[in-house]
Amino acid sequence: MTTETAGVDREVTAAFDTVKRRSANAAGRRRIVTCLVIVACYVLVALFGPMLRKYDPVQTFTQDRLMPPGSTTSQGLALLGTDQVGQDILSQMMLGARVSITVGAGTLLLAGLIGVTVGLVAGYRGGWVDAALMRLADIQLSFPSILLAILIAAVVGPSVVNVIVVLAITNWVTFARVTRGQVLTVKNREYVDAARTLGAGHLHLALRTIFPSCVAPILVVATVELGHVILAEASLSFLGLGVPTDVPSWGSTIANGRDYLGDAWWISTLPGIALAALVLTCGLLGDAMRDRYDPKLRSL
Amino acid sequence: MAEPLLRVRDLVTTYPIRSALLRRKIGEVRAVDGVSFDIARGQTVGLVGESGSGKSTLARTVIGLEQAEAGSIEFQGTELVGLSARQMRPVRRDIQMVFQDPYTALNPRLTVRQILSEAWRIHPDLLPAQDWDEEVRRLLDVVGLDPQYADRYPHQFSGGQRQRVGIARALAVRPKLIVCDEAVSALDVSVQAQVLNLLDDLQAELGLTYLFIAHDLSVVRHISDEVIVMNRGQVVEHAPTDQLFADPQHEYTQTLLAAVPVVRPWNQESAA
Repeated sequence: MTTETAGVDREVTAAFDTVKRRSANAAGRRRIVTCLVIVACYVLVALFGPMLRKYDPVQTFTQDRLMPPGSTTSQGLALLGTDQVGQDILSQMMLGARVSITVGAGTLLLAGLIGVTVGLVAGYRGGWVDAALMRLADIQLSFPSILLAILIAAVVGPSVVNVIVVLAITNWVTFARVTRGQVLTVKNREYVDAARTLGAGHLHLALRTIFPSCVAPILVVATVELGHVILAEASLSFLGLGVPTDVPSWGSTIANGRDYLGDAWWISTLPGIALAALVLTCGLLGDAMRDRYDPKLRSL
Repeated sequence: MAEPLLRVRDLVTTYPIRSALLRRKIGEVRAVDGVSFDIARGQTVGLVGESGSGKSTLARTVIGLEQAEAGSIEFQGTELVGLSARQMRPVRRDIQMVFQDPYTALNPRLTVRQILSEAWRIHPDLLPAQDWDEEVRRLLDVVGLDPQYADRYPHQFSGGQRQRVGIARALAVRPKLIVCDEAVSALDVSVQAQVLNLLDDLQAELGLTYLFIAHDLSVVRHISDEVIVMNRGQVVEHAPTDQLFADPQHEYTQTLLAAVPVVRPWNQESAA
Protein backbone atom coordinates (compact mmCIF):
# COMPACT_ATOMS: atom_id res chain seq x y z
CA MET A 1 0.00 0.00 0.00
CA THR A 2 2.67 2.45 1.11
CA THR A 3 4.95 1.45 -1.75
CA GLU A 4 2.12 2.07 -4.17
CA THR A 5 1.53 5.61 -2.94
CA ALA A 6 5.27 6.22 -2.94
CA GLY A 7 5.41 5.17 -6.57
CA VAL A 8 2.51 7.46 -7.48
CA ASP A 9 4.11 10.28 -5.52
CA ARG A 10 7.35 9.84 -7.39
CA GLU A 11 5.54 9.84 -10.71
CA VAL A 12 3.62 12.99 -9.81
CA THR A 13 6.80 14.76 -8.70
CA ALA A 14 8.55 13.70 -11.89
CA ALA A 15 5.66 15.00 -13.99
CA PHE A 16 5.70 18.30 -12.08
CA ASP A 17 9.45 18.55 -12.62
CA THR A 18 9.07 18.12 -16.36
CA VAL A 19 6.34 20.74 -16.49
CA LYS A 20 8.42 23.12 -14.39
CA ARG A 21 11.49 22.59 -16.52
CA ARG A 22 9.52 23.07 -19.72
CA SER A 23 7.87 26.27 -18.50
CA ALA A 24 11.23 27.59 -17.25
CA ASN A 25 12.62 26.91 -20.69
CA ALA A 26 9.74 28.66 -22.41
CA ALA A 27 9.98 31.62 -20.01
CA GLY A 28 13.70 31.87 -20.76
CA ARG A 29 12.99 31.91 -24.46
CA ARG A 30 10.26 34.53 -23.96
CA ARG A 31 12.68 36.75 -22.04
CA ILE A 32 15.27 36.54 -24.79
CA VAL A 33 12.73 37.18 -27.55
CA THR A 34 11.14 40.16 -25.74
CA CYS A 35 14.53 41.78 -25.13
CA LEU A 36 15.62 41.12 -28.70
CA VAL A 37 12.43 42.73 -30.03
CA ILE A 38 13.06 45.87 -27.95
CA VAL A 39 16.67 46.10 -29.12
CA ALA A 40 15.49 45.54 -32.70
CA CYS A 41 13.05 48.47 -32.33
CA TYR A 42 15.93 50.73 -31.28
CA VAL A 43 17.98 49.55 -34.25
CA LEU A 44 15.10 50.18 -36.66
CA VAL A 45 14.52 53.67 -35.26
CA ALA A 46 18.24 54.40 -35.52
CA LEU A 47 18.31 53.18 -39.12
CA PHE A 48 15.15 54.74 -40.53
CA GLY A 49 14.09 57.46 -38.06
CA PRO A 50 16.55 60.14 -39.20
CA MET A 51 15.40 59.59 -42.80
CA LEU A 52 11.86 60.54 -41.85
CA ARG A 53 12.66 63.74 -40.03
CA LYS A 54 15.26 66.22 -41.27
CA TYR A 55 17.66 67.54 -38.70
CA ASP A 56 20.19 70.29 -39.22
CA PRO A 57 22.49 70.71 -36.20
CA VAL A 58 23.37 74.36 -36.85
CA GLN A 59 19.86 75.62 -37.55
CA THR A 60 17.94 77.34 -34.78
CA PHE A 61 14.25 78.18 -34.47
CA THR A 62 14.06 80.79 -31.74
CA GLN A 63 10.29 81.09 -31.94
CA ASP A 64 9.99 77.37 -31.08
CA ARG A 65 12.25 77.38 -27.98
CA LEU A 66 11.45 75.05 -25.08
CA MET A 67 8.09 73.83 -26.33
CA PRO A 68 6.61 70.98 -24.25
CA PRO A 69 5.94 67.56 -25.85
CA GLY A 70 2.98 67.55 -28.21
CA SER A 71 3.07 71.23 -29.19
CA THR A 72 2.82 72.42 -32.77
CA THR A 73 5.87 74.35 -33.98
CA SER A 74 6.80 76.13 -37.20
CA GLN A 75 8.34 72.80 -38.31
CA GLY A 76 5.25 70.74 -37.57
CA LEU A 77 4.26 68.65 -34.58
CA ALA A 78 7.01 68.31 -31.94
CA LEU A 79 5.95 65.04 -30.40
CA LEU A 80 8.62 65.11 -27.70
CA GLY A 81 9.01 68.87 -27.44
CA THR A 82 11.89 71.16 -28.45
CA ASP A 83 15.14 72.24 -26.82
CA GLN A 84 16.59 75.63 -25.96
CA VAL A 85 17.28 76.52 -29.60
CA GLY A 86 14.00 75.18 -30.91
CA GLN A 87 15.33 71.89 -32.29
CA ASP A 88 13.02 68.89 -32.26
CA ILE A 89 13.92 66.47 -29.44
CA LEU A 90 12.55 63.40 -31.26
CA SER A 91 14.84 63.84 -34.26
CA GLN A 92 17.80 64.42 -31.96
CA MET A 93 16.97 61.26 -30.09
CA MET A 94 16.67 59.22 -33.27
CA LEU A 95 20.09 60.43 -34.38
CA GLY A 96 21.35 59.76 -30.87
CA ALA A 97 20.16 56.19 -31.14
CA ARG A 98 22.14 55.91 -34.35
CA VAL A 99 25.30 57.10 -32.56
CA SER A 100 24.73 54.85 -29.56
CA ILE A 101 24.16 51.75 -31.64
CA THR A 102 27.02 52.48 -34.04
CA VAL A 103 29.40 53.04 -31.14
CA GLY A 104 28.04 50.00 -29.31
CA ALA A 105 28.39 47.64 -32.27
CA GLY A 106 31.73 49.06 -33.41
CA THR A 107 33.21 48.87 -29.94
CA LEU A 108 32.02 45.32 -29.41
CA LEU A 109 33.50 44.23 -32.72
CA LEU A 110 36.85 45.87 -32.05
CA ALA A 111 37.05 44.95 -28.36
CA GLY A 112 35.84 41.43 -29.19
CA LEU A 113 38.44 41.02 -31.90
CA ILE A 114 41.27 42.18 -29.64
CA GLY A 115 39.99 40.39 -26.55
CA VAL A 116 39.21 37.07 -28.22
CA THR A 117 42.58 37.02 -30.00
CA VAL A 118 44.45 37.79 -26.79
CA GLY A 119 42.40 35.24 -24.85
CA LEU A 120 42.93 32.52 -27.45
CA VAL A 121 46.67 33.13 -27.63
CA ALA A 122 47.08 33.35 -23.86
CA GLY A 123 45.00 30.26 -23.13
CA TYR A 124 46.36 28.16 -25.96
CA ARG A 125 50.00 29.08 -25.69
CA GLY A 126 50.17 29.22 -21.88
CA GLY A 127 53.46 29.79 -20.07
CA TRP A 128 55.09 33.21 -20.08
CA VAL A 129 52.95 34.52 -22.96
CA ASP A 130 49.84 33.81 -20.89
CA ALA A 131 51.38 35.41 -17.81
CA ALA A 132 52.45 38.54 -19.72
CA LEU A 133 49.08 39.05 -21.46
CA MET A 134 47.08 38.46 -18.30
CA ARG A 135 49.21 40.86 -16.25
CA LEU A 136 48.58 43.42 -18.99
CA ALA A 137 44.86 42.74 -18.57
CA ASP A 138 45.21 43.14 -14.78
CA ILE A 139 46.89 46.52 -15.22
CA GLN A 140 44.08 47.55 -17.55
CA LEU A 141 41.46 46.42 -15.02
CA SER A 142 43.10 48.24 -12.13
CA PHE A 143 42.63 51.52 -14.00
CA PRO A 144 39.16 53.11 -13.72
CA SER A 145 37.97 52.64 -17.28
CA ILE A 146 36.02 55.92 -17.59
CA LEU A 147 39.08 57.85 -16.36
CA LEU A 148 41.24 56.17 -18.98
CA ALA A 149 38.61 56.90 -21.63
CA ILE A 150 38.52 60.57 -20.61
CA LEU A 151 42.32 60.74 -20.75
CA ILE A 152 42.54 59.20 -24.23
CA ALA A 153 39.53 61.13 -25.53
CA ALA A 154 41.02 64.40 -24.30
CA VAL A 155 44.26 63.62 -26.14
CA VAL A 156 42.90 62.32 -29.46
CA GLY A 157 39.88 64.63 -29.69
CA PRO A 158 36.21 63.98 -30.39
CA SER A 159 35.04 61.76 -33.25
CA VAL A 160 32.88 58.66 -33.49
CA VAL A 161 35.85 56.50 -34.52
CA ASN A 162 37.92 57.75 -31.61
CA VAL A 163 35.12 56.98 -29.17
CA ILE A 164 34.96 53.44 -30.55
CA VAL A 165 38.73 52.99 -30.21
CA VAL A 166 38.78 54.46 -26.70
CA LEU A 167 35.94 52.24 -25.49
CA ALA A 168 37.45 49.18 -27.18
CA ILE A 169 40.71 49.77 -25.33
CA THR A 170 38.88 49.92 -22.01
CA ASN A 171 36.65 46.91 -22.72
CA TRP A 172 38.75 44.18 -24.36
CA VAL A 173 39.80 42.68 -21.03
CA THR A 174 36.43 41.05 -20.31
CA PHE A 175 36.49 39.29 -23.66
CA ALA A 176 40.08 38.18 -23.14
CA ARG A 177 39.36 36.73 -19.71
CA VAL A 178 36.24 34.85 -20.72
CA THR A 179 37.87 33.43 -23.84
CA ARG A 180 41.00 32.40 -21.97
CA GLY A 181 38.99 30.68 -19.27
CA GLN A 182 36.99 28.74 -21.81
CA VAL A 183 40.11 27.80 -23.80
CA LEU A 184 41.72 26.47 -20.62
CA THR A 185 38.77 24.20 -19.88
CA VAL A 186 38.51 22.93 -23.45
CA LYS A 187 42.22 22.65 -24.23
CA ASN A 188 42.75 19.35 -22.46
CA ARG A 189 39.68 17.56 -23.77
CA GLU A 190 40.45 14.40 -25.66
CA TYR A 191 39.03 15.70 -28.92
CA VAL A 192 41.77 18.32 -29.00
CA ASP A 193 44.32 15.53 -28.56
CA ALA A 194 42.55 13.67 -31.33
CA ALA A 195 42.92 16.59 -33.72
CA ARG A 196 46.55 16.83 -32.70
CA THR A 197 47.15 13.16 -33.46
CA LEU A 198 45.67 13.77 -36.89
CA GLY A 199 48.49 16.25 -37.40
CA ALA A 200 46.54 19.50 -37.05
CA GLY A 201 48.61 22.67 -36.86
CA HIS A 202 48.31 25.29 -34.13
CA LEU A 203 46.04 27.52 -36.21
CA HIS A 204 43.66 24.66 -36.97
CA LEU A 205 43.62 23.57 -33.32
CA ALA A 206 43.00 27.06 -31.98
CA LEU A 207 40.42 28.23 -34.52
CA ARG A 208 38.59 25.11 -35.68
CA THR A 209 38.86 22.82 -32.69
CA ILE A 210 38.89 25.05 -29.60
CA PHE A 211 37.28 28.32 -30.68
CA PRO A 212 33.77 26.97 -31.52
CA SER A 213 33.33 25.99 -27.87
CA CYS A 214 34.08 29.56 -26.79
CA VAL A 215 31.41 31.21 -28.93
CA ALA A 216 28.46 30.86 -26.54
CA PRO A 217 30.12 32.51 -23.50
CA ILE A 218 31.58 35.22 -25.71
CA LEU A 219 28.11 36.05 -27.05
CA VAL A 220 26.74 36.27 -23.51
CA VAL A 221 29.54 38.63 -22.51
CA ALA A 222 29.04 40.72 -25.65
CA THR A 223 25.38 41.28 -24.81
CA VAL A 224 26.15 42.42 -21.27
CA GLU A 225 28.98 44.62 -22.52
CA LEU A 226 26.73 46.26 -25.12
CA GLY A 227 24.80 48.01 -22.34
CA HIS A 228 28.00 49.11 -20.60
CA VAL A 229 29.48 50.47 -23.81
CA ILE A 230 26.36 52.46 -24.73
CA LEU A 231 26.29 53.92 -21.24
CA ALA A 232 30.00 54.76 -21.43
CA GLU A 233 29.53 56.54 -24.76
CA ALA A 234 26.69 58.60 -23.27
CA SER A 235 28.90 59.47 -20.29
CA LEU A 236 31.73 60.61 -22.54
CA SER A 237 29.36 62.69 -24.67
CA PHE A 238 27.76 64.15 -21.54
CA LEU A 239 31.21 65.28 -20.47
CA GLY A 240 31.82 66.73 -23.92
CA LEU A 241 34.55 64.20 -24.73
CA GLY A 242 32.53 61.86 -26.90
CA VAL A 243 31.23 62.47 -30.39
CA PRO A 244 31.65 65.98 -31.92
CA THR A 245 29.05 68.58 -30.94
CA ASP A 246 27.35 68.62 -34.35
CA VAL A 247 26.41 64.95 -33.93
CA PRO A 248 23.58 64.74 -31.42
CA SER A 249 24.14 61.93 -28.96
CA TRP A 250 21.92 61.05 -26.00
CA GLY A 251 24.71 62.08 -23.68
CA SER A 252 25.13 65.54 -25.20
CA THR A 253 21.36 66.14 -25.40
CA ILE A 254 21.06 65.26 -21.71
CA ALA A 255 23.94 67.65 -20.96
CA ASN A 256 22.27 70.44 -22.99
CA GLY A 257 19.05 70.12 -21.03
CA ARG A 258 20.72 70.29 -17.61
CA ASP A 259 20.22 74.04 -17.24
CA TYR A 260 16.54 73.86 -18.15
CA LEU A 261 15.53 70.98 -15.91
CA GLY A 262 13.24 73.30 -13.93
CA ASP A 263 11.10 74.59 -16.79
CA ALA A 264 11.80 72.16 -19.67
CA TRP A 265 12.23 68.73 -18.05
CA TRP A 266 11.76 66.86 -21.34
CA ILE A 267 15.12 67.86 -22.90
CA SER A 268 17.18 65.77 -20.45
CA THR A 269 14.57 63.34 -19.24
CA LEU A 270 13.37 61.79 -22.50
CA PRO A 271 16.82 60.85 -23.89
CA GLY A 272 17.69 59.67 -20.40
CA ILE A 273 14.70 57.34 -20.36
CA ALA A 274 15.56 56.02 -23.83
CA LEU A 275 19.14 55.40 -22.70
CA ALA A 276 18.12 53.73 -19.44
CA ALA A 277 15.62 51.50 -21.22
CA LEU A 278 18.16 50.33 -23.79
CA VAL A 279 20.86 49.66 -21.20
CA LEU A 280 18.39 47.83 -18.99
CA THR A 281 17.21 45.71 -21.92
CA CYS A 282 20.78 44.78 -22.79
CA GLY A 283 21.39 43.76 -19.19
CA LEU A 284 18.24 41.65 -19.08
CA LEU A 285 19.08 40.08 -22.43
CA GLY A 286 22.55 39.22 -21.16
CA ASP A 287 21.10 37.61 -18.03
CA ALA A 288 18.56 35.64 -20.04
CA MET A 289 21.24 34.44 -22.44
CA ARG A 290 23.51 33.44 -19.57
CA ASP A 291 20.71 31.43 -18.01
CA ARG A 292 20.07 29.70 -21.28
CA TYR A 293 23.63 29.21 -22.55
CA ASP A 294 25.34 28.98 -19.17
CA PRO A 295 28.96 28.29 -20.01
CA LYS A 296 29.26 26.03 -17.00
CA LEU A 297 26.27 23.91 -17.94
CA ARG A 298 26.79 23.95 -21.66
CA SER A 299 30.55 23.85 -21.92
CA LEU A 300 30.77 20.26 -23.12
CA MET B 1 62.51 -12.20 -39.17
CA ALA B 2 60.72 -9.30 -40.83
CA GLU B 3 61.34 -5.81 -39.51
CA PRO B 4 58.87 -4.91 -36.76
CA LEU B 5 56.37 -2.13 -37.44
CA LEU B 6 57.21 -0.38 -34.20
CA ARG B 7 60.47 -0.72 -32.33
CA VAL B 8 60.82 1.09 -29.02
CA ARG B 9 64.19 1.16 -27.29
CA ASP B 10 65.03 2.48 -23.81
CA LEU B 11 62.26 5.04 -24.00
CA VAL B 12 62.12 7.58 -21.17
CA THR B 13 59.35 10.14 -20.71
CA THR B 14 59.40 12.46 -17.73
CA TYR B 15 57.12 15.08 -16.29
CA PRO B 16 58.79 18.00 -14.55
CA ILE B 17 57.91 18.87 -10.96
CA ARG B 18 57.99 22.63 -10.60
CA SER B 19 58.30 24.72 -7.48
CA ALA B 20 55.13 26.53 -6.53
CA LEU B 21 56.39 30.08 -6.66
CA LEU B 22 59.04 30.47 -9.34
CA ARG B 23 58.03 27.47 -11.49
CA ARG B 24 61.61 26.27 -11.40
CA LYS B 25 62.15 22.63 -12.15
CA ILE B 26 62.95 20.94 -8.88
CA GLY B 27 62.54 17.34 -9.90
CA GLU B 28 60.87 15.01 -12.31
CA VAL B 29 58.60 12.00 -12.47
CA ARG B 30 59.88 9.30 -14.76
CA ALA B 31 56.52 8.06 -15.99
CA VAL B 32 58.11 5.85 -18.63
CA ASP B 33 61.53 4.66 -17.53
CA GLY B 34 63.60 2.76 -20.06
CA VAL B 35 60.97 0.80 -21.94
CA SER B 36 61.85 -1.44 -24.89
CA PHE B 37 59.58 -3.61 -27.02
CA ASP B 38 58.76 -4.53 -30.61
CA ILE B 39 55.38 -4.77 -32.28
CA ALA B 40 55.21 -6.93 -35.39
CA ARG B 41 52.97 -6.00 -38.29
CA GLY B 42 49.38 -7.25 -37.96
CA GLN B 43 49.74 -8.15 -34.28
CA THR B 44 47.74 -6.97 -31.31
CA VAL B 45 49.83 -6.21 -28.30
CA GLY B 46 48.07 -5.70 -25.00
CA LEU B 47 49.54 -3.32 -22.46
CA VAL B 48 48.47 -3.83 -18.86
CA GLY B 49 49.46 -2.46 -15.50
CA GLU B 50 47.92 -0.71 -12.56
CA SER B 51 46.90 2.95 -12.55
CA GLY B 52 49.94 5.20 -12.72
CA SER B 53 52.18 2.51 -14.14
CA GLY B 54 52.91 4.60 -17.22
CA LYS B 55 50.71 2.83 -19.79
CA SER B 56 48.98 5.97 -21.03
CA THR B 57 52.16 8.04 -21.02
CA LEU B 58 53.86 5.36 -23.09
CA ALA B 59 51.00 5.47 -25.58
CA ARG B 60 50.99 9.26 -25.71
CA THR B 61 54.75 9.31 -26.30
CA VAL B 62 54.50 6.77 -29.12
CA ILE B 63 51.80 8.84 -30.76
CA GLY B 64 53.66 12.10 -30.27
CA LEU B 65 51.47 13.84 -27.71
CA GLU B 66 54.31 13.80 -25.19
CA GLN B 67 57.98 14.49 -25.84
CA ALA B 68 60.33 11.60 -25.24
CA GLU B 69 63.21 12.46 -22.92
CA ALA B 70 65.55 9.76 -24.22
CA GLY B 71 65.55 6.53 -26.17
CA SER B 72 64.20 5.77 -29.60
CA ILE B 73 60.87 5.06 -31.27
CA GLU B 74 61.33 3.54 -34.70
CA PHE B 75 58.26 3.27 -36.89
CA GLN B 76 58.75 1.39 -40.16
CA GLY B 77 62.46 2.09 -39.82
CA THR B 78 61.99 5.86 -39.30
CA GLU B 79 63.21 7.35 -36.05
CA LEU B 80 60.44 9.49 -34.49
CA VAL B 81 62.19 10.88 -31.42
CA GLY B 82 63.59 14.32 -32.19
CA LEU B 83 61.46 14.97 -35.26
CA SER B 84 59.95 18.44 -35.51
CA ALA B 85 56.18 18.89 -35.68
CA ARG B 86 56.43 19.49 -39.42
CA GLN B 87 58.47 16.35 -40.02
CA MET B 88 56.03 14.39 -37.87
CA ARG B 89 53.00 15.30 -39.99
CA PRO B 90 53.27 12.57 -42.63
CA VAL B 91 54.10 9.97 -39.96
CA ARG B 92 51.13 11.01 -37.82
CA ARG B 93 48.85 9.61 -40.45
CA ASP B 94 50.15 6.08 -39.96
CA ILE B 95 49.72 6.05 -36.18
CA GLN B 96 46.28 6.87 -34.83
CA MET B 97 44.60 6.66 -31.48
CA VAL B 98 41.22 5.63 -30.15
CA PHE B 99 40.56 7.47 -26.93
CA GLN B 100 39.28 6.32 -23.59
CA ASP B 101 36.26 8.51 -23.00
CA PRO B 102 33.86 8.56 -25.94
CA TYR B 103 32.06 11.48 -24.30
CA THR B 104 34.96 13.93 -24.54
CA ALA B 105 36.84 12.48 -27.50
CA LEU B 106 34.44 13.90 -30.09
CA ASN B 107 34.09 17.64 -30.62
CA PRO B 108 30.50 18.44 -29.51
CA ARG B 109 30.23 21.34 -31.97
CA LEU B 110 30.90 19.28 -35.09
CA THR B 111 28.72 16.79 -36.91
CA VAL B 112 30.00 13.30 -37.53
CA ARG B 113 30.65 14.26 -41.15
CA GLN B 114 32.81 17.20 -40.05
CA ILE B 115 34.61 15.09 -37.45
CA LEU B 116 35.52 12.48 -40.04
CA SER B 117 36.48 14.91 -42.79
CA GLU B 118 38.74 16.87 -40.43
CA ALA B 119 41.49 14.39 -41.26
CA TRP B 120 41.26 15.18 -44.98
CA ARG B 121 41.12 18.89 -44.26
CA ILE B 122 44.43 18.55 -42.43
CA HIS B 123 45.96 16.24 -45.06
CA PRO B 124 44.51 17.63 -48.30
CA ASP B 125 46.60 15.28 -50.45
CA LEU B 126 44.87 12.27 -48.94
CA LEU B 127 41.48 12.62 -50.57
CA PRO B 128 40.00 15.19 -52.98
CA ALA B 129 37.10 17.15 -51.52
CA GLN B 130 34.49 15.74 -53.89
CA ASP B 131 35.10 12.23 -52.54
CA TRP B 132 34.59 13.19 -48.88
CA ASP B 133 30.88 12.38 -48.73
CA GLU B 134 31.40 9.01 -50.32
CA GLU B 135 34.25 8.17 -47.93
CA VAL B 136 32.27 9.30 -44.86
CA ARG B 137 29.50 6.94 -45.91
CA ARG B 138 31.96 4.11 -46.43
CA LEU B 139 33.68 4.68 -43.06
CA LEU B 140 30.40 4.73 -41.16
CA ASP B 141 29.45 1.53 -42.91
CA VAL B 142 32.78 -0.07 -42.01
CA VAL B 143 32.34 0.65 -38.29
CA GLY B 144 28.74 -0.54 -38.36
CA LEU B 145 26.87 2.76 -38.18
CA ASP B 146 24.03 3.85 -40.42
CA PRO B 147 25.55 6.23 -43.03
CA GLN B 148 22.46 8.40 -42.61
CA TYR B 149 23.79 9.43 -39.18
CA ALA B 150 26.52 11.54 -40.80
CA ASP B 151 24.81 14.84 -40.05
CA ARG B 152 24.12 14.13 -36.41
CA TYR B 153 26.03 15.59 -33.50
CA PRO B 154 27.92 13.42 -31.00
CA HIS B 155 25.39 13.99 -28.20
CA GLN B 156 22.77 12.19 -30.29
CA PHE B 157 24.69 8.90 -30.02
CA SER B 158 25.17 6.31 -27.29
CA GLY B 159 28.59 5.59 -25.81
CA GLY B 160 29.19 2.58 -28.03
CA GLN B 161 28.14 4.45 -31.15
CA ARG B 162 30.42 7.32 -30.24
CA GLN B 163 33.32 4.95 -29.82
CA ARG B 164 32.55 3.64 -33.31
CA VAL B 165 32.72 7.20 -34.60
CA GLY B 166 36.06 7.54 -32.80
CA ILE B 167 37.30 4.41 -34.54
CA ALA B 168 36.04 5.70 -37.90
CA ARG B 169 37.93 8.94 -37.31
CA ALA B 170 41.13 7.00 -36.65
CA LEU B 171 40.56 4.95 -39.82
CA ALA B 172 39.97 8.06 -41.95
CA VAL B 173 43.71 8.58 -42.48
CA ARG B 174 44.26 4.87 -43.27
CA PRO B 175 46.70 4.24 -40.44
CA LYS B 176 48.88 1.17 -39.95
CA LEU B 177 49.08 1.27 -36.17
CA ILE B 178 46.18 2.16 -33.89
CA VAL B 179 46.77 2.83 -30.23
CA CYS B 180 43.67 2.06 -28.20
CA ASP B 181 43.99 3.81 -24.85
CA GLU B 182 41.45 2.09 -22.62
CA ALA B 183 39.18 2.22 -25.65
CA VAL B 184 36.47 0.04 -24.16
CA SER B 185 36.82 0.76 -20.43
CA ALA B 186 34.07 3.36 -20.40
CA LEU B 187 31.55 1.13 -22.16
CA ASP B 188 28.98 -1.37 -20.92
CA VAL B 189 30.14 -4.95 -20.98
CA SER B 190 27.86 -5.97 -23.85
CA VAL B 191 28.92 -2.94 -25.89
CA GLN B 192 32.56 -3.68 -25.03
CA ALA B 193 32.24 -7.04 -26.74
CA GLN B 194 30.75 -5.45 -29.85
CA VAL B 195 33.52 -2.88 -30.11
CA LEU B 196 36.20 -5.52 -29.49
CA ASN B 197 34.74 -7.67 -32.24
CA LEU B 198 34.66 -4.66 -34.54
CA LEU B 199 38.35 -4.03 -33.85
CA ASP B 200 39.03 -7.71 -34.55
CA ASP B 201 37.16 -7.59 -37.87
CA LEU B 202 38.93 -4.41 -38.93
CA GLN B 203 42.27 -5.98 -38.19
CA ALA B 204 41.46 -8.96 -40.39
CA GLU B 205 40.14 -6.72 -43.14
CA LEU B 206 42.68 -3.91 -43.18
CA GLY B 207 45.76 -5.59 -41.73
CA LEU B 208 45.92 -3.17 -38.80
CA THR B 209 48.30 -3.41 -35.89
CA TYR B 210 47.04 -2.56 -32.41
CA LEU B 211 48.68 -1.41 -29.23
CA PHE B 212 45.84 -2.10 -26.84
CA ILE B 213 45.93 -0.56 -23.40
CA ALA B 214 43.52 -1.82 -20.77
CA HIS B 215 43.27 -2.49 -17.11
CA ASP B 216 40.74 -5.25 -17.65
CA LEU B 217 42.76 -8.42 -18.03
CA SER B 218 39.94 -10.43 -19.59
CA VAL B 219 39.64 -7.87 -22.37
CA VAL B 220 43.37 -8.01 -23.02
CA ARG B 221 43.32 -11.80 -23.00
CA HIS B 222 40.47 -11.79 -25.51
CA ILE B 223 42.09 -9.52 -28.06
CA SER B 224 45.87 -9.70 -27.71
CA ASP B 225 48.51 -11.88 -29.35
CA GLU B 226 51.14 -10.69 -26.91
CA VAL B 227 50.95 -8.90 -23.59
CA ILE B 228 53.30 -6.37 -22.06
CA VAL B 229 53.03 -5.85 -18.31
CA MET B 230 54.15 -2.50 -16.96
CA ASN B 231 54.86 -1.42 -13.42
CA ARG B 232 56.33 1.87 -12.22
CA GLY B 233 57.26 2.93 -15.73
CA GLN B 234 59.10 -0.25 -16.60
CA VAL B 235 58.25 -3.37 -18.55
CA VAL B 236 58.28 -6.27 -16.15
CA GLU B 237 57.13 -8.99 -18.52
CA HIS B 238 56.51 -9.35 -22.25
CA ALA B 239 55.18 -12.71 -23.45
CA PRO B 240 52.63 -14.31 -25.78
CA THR B 241 49.16 -14.07 -24.26
CA ASP B 242 48.58 -17.76 -23.56
CA GLN B 243 51.98 -18.19 -21.99
CA LEU B 244 51.61 -15.13 -19.82
CA PHE B 245 48.24 -16.12 -18.46
CA ALA B 246 49.21 -19.77 -18.00
CA ASP B 247 52.64 -19.24 -16.53
CA PRO B 248 53.37 -15.70 -15.33
CA GLN B 249 57.08 -15.34 -14.65
CA HIS B 250 57.37 -12.07 -12.83
CA GLU B 251 56.15 -11.60 -9.31
CA TYR B 252 54.19 -8.46 -10.24
CA THR B 253 52.37 -10.27 -13.07
CA GLN B 254 51.41 -13.01 -10.64
CA THR B 255 50.02 -10.44 -8.22
CA LEU B 256 48.12 -8.76 -11.03
CA LEU B 257 46.58 -12.00 -12.24
CA ALA B 258 45.71 -13.04 -8.70
CA ALA B 259 43.92 -9.74 -8.20
CA VAL B 260 41.32 -10.60 -10.82
CA PRO B 261 38.08 -11.35 -8.98
CA VAL B 262 36.85 -14.89 -9.39
CA VAL B 263 33.26 -15.32 -10.54
CA ARG B 264 32.42 -18.31 -8.33
CA PRO B 265 35.03 -18.52 -5.60
CA TRP B 266 33.32 -21.55 -4.01
CA ASN B 267 34.10 -23.56 -7.14
CA GLN B 268 37.76 -22.83 -6.89
CA GLU B 269 38.73 -25.84 -4.81
CA SER B 270 37.11 -28.33 -7.16
CA ALA B 271 38.63 -26.57 -10.16
CA ALA B 272 42.10 -26.53 -8.67
